[in-house]
Formats: sequence, C-alpha cells, structure tokens
Amino acid sequence: MQSAVQFVHEQLTAKKETPKFKAGDNVTVNYKIVEGGKERIQSFRGDVIKLQGSGATATFTVRKISDGIGVERLFPILSPNIDGVILNKRGKVRRAKLFYLRERSGKSARIKEKRVN
Amino acid sequence: MTSIFEADGKQTACTIIEVSPNIVTQVKTIETDGYNSLQLAVGDKKEKHATKAAINHYAKANTPAKKITKEFRNYSIEKSLGETISIDIFEEGDSVQIVGTTKGKGFQGVVKRHGFSGVGEASHGQHDRQRAPGSIGASSYPSRVFKGMRMAGRMGGDRVKMKGLKVVKIFAEKNYILVSGSVPGHNNSIVLIQK
Repeated sequence: MQSAVQFVHEQLTAKKETPKFKAGDNVTVNYKIVEGGKERIQSFRGDVIKLQGSGATATFTVRKISDGIGVERLFPILSPNIDGVILNKRGKVRRAKLFYLRERSGKSARIKEKRVN
Repeated sequence: MTSIFEADGKQTACTIIEVSPNIVTQVKTIETDGYNSLQLAVGDKKEKHATKAAINHYAKANTPAKKITKEFRNYSIEKSLGETISIDIFEEGDSVQIVGTTKGKGFQGVVKRHGFSGVGEASHGQHDRQRAPGSIGASSYPSRVFKGMRMAGRMGGDRVKMKGLKVVKIFAEKNYILVSGSVPGHNNSIVLIQK
C-alpha cells in the first residue's frame, strides 16, 4: 500500500531532472532569486558535503571557499527556485558526509577527482 | 509530516491527516437526556471484537461497531441519526484547532521538562551539577517546599490543543487534508479537528 506521504509527494511536488550527484562532487547550482520584483539567476559553485532526507524534504549542502572564508549553502533538491544543477567533477571520497573538510584548509581540503570512463 | 513548495519556492512543513467520514450514532436532546449533543463515531470494528451492547447501539445508525466514539455538545451542524460528517466541511485556507495526545517522553529532568538552564559552570569546583534544578526554596521559613514547584518527572502524554493551523490542501478522493505545521502525537495517532 502506498503511504500517505508518498501520495501527497507525487501529487504536489513537480518532477525535476537533476544530474545524480554524491558527496564529494563539485557542482554549480543555479538559483533563482527575486530582487526588487525582478528575477535573476545566481550560481553557487562548490563541493557537495552532504545529501540529507528523502522525498520533498531532501536537501544537499554545498561548501565553497570564498575569499579564504568557508561558505556553506543548503538547497532543497526539489525546490522550484533551483534553475539547474551542473555536475563539474566527480570526487573520490570515502564518506557520505564530508564534515571533516570544515577543519581543513588549503591543500588538505582538496578532494581527489574520480576518473570515470 | 512532509513539506510542500509554493510557486515562489517557499517551503511549508505540513502534516497529512486522514479524515474518515464520521457517522452520527446518537442524537441527544434536552427532552430525552437533559442536554443537546451529537455522538459521532469513526473506524470500523470487527464484529467478533465488539460487545453485543455495542453492536446493537451502532445498529440503530445502520453501521457496524466503531472503534472511536465521541460526543460533542457545541456544534453548528444539524445532523440526524445515521448521517455522516465528511471531509467536505473543510475548505482550503480554513483555520483549524487540533487536539491530540503528545508523545510520551518518560521521566525527564528539569532541563528538558521545564527549560531550566542547569546550575553553575563546568569548572571552578563544580561537580555533577550541570543539569541540576538548584535550590527548591528557603530554609526555616517556610520550612516546606511550595506546591507546584517545578521538578523532574513524567513528561509528555498530555492532551494538547494546537491553535491556528491552516488547511493547506484537501484530497477529497483519499480523505486526506494537509495542515500547516505539526500536530501533537506520534504517527498514526488519533486527533480531533475543531473548526
């Protein structure tokens, strides 16, 4: 039997095509923002450090270093404000949550690229 | 619980509540019972699990025995015996109040139960005091602890009413309503919706 949450999710949440990405991947998120009645797209490029939740409530966190300061931003995967997600690089990591990157900087905070044939 | 997105991207946390049709199983009036009330029932029971008294009581309304029965004194809907009150009394945008029993938390200390901040600091000679309640009163006068002093004890399992919840969406074919925010109780618990 289908659960009530699944039913509501299928009825109300718009289907979206996003590339499959994991923690460790480098992505660019194009996010729609409304400024003074006008809509424009802001892109946020960084490493995915966390995928969390399921269904309509699923989110992912992207971390980047901006002017030497670590910035993290959380996006709901199915948010209508996400214009698109571009997968730049696949990362080679051993964990699903990369919180250890927060304590690192410079060379040790790099993620090795995974070569996909 | 789940969440829904509005067109502008705003995410709203919602609870899905199944509103099964309620059947009027008894109408009490001032002449017969001394007061006016409607008895509503919901949820079928198997015949082998019901007593004969219950089966015959519900048979007056032409229904099998029910799991939940509740009497309402203040109501604005006029219904007669055997009629149903269903999901169509709700409209999107309605403000409702929801009554339920909160999840039981067991025996809890004062920090969780009453929001105390604990005693003192971790250092400077303090020891095993970080979640303690502190003083519970003065000494020789009054020589007792005042009634109602907030202390550790059983938490949760209380009847709680949530006010001002909005009906966000209605799925009439499945008898589901979506209500903004959370409601008291665990998954699949029974709640009372007041309009």
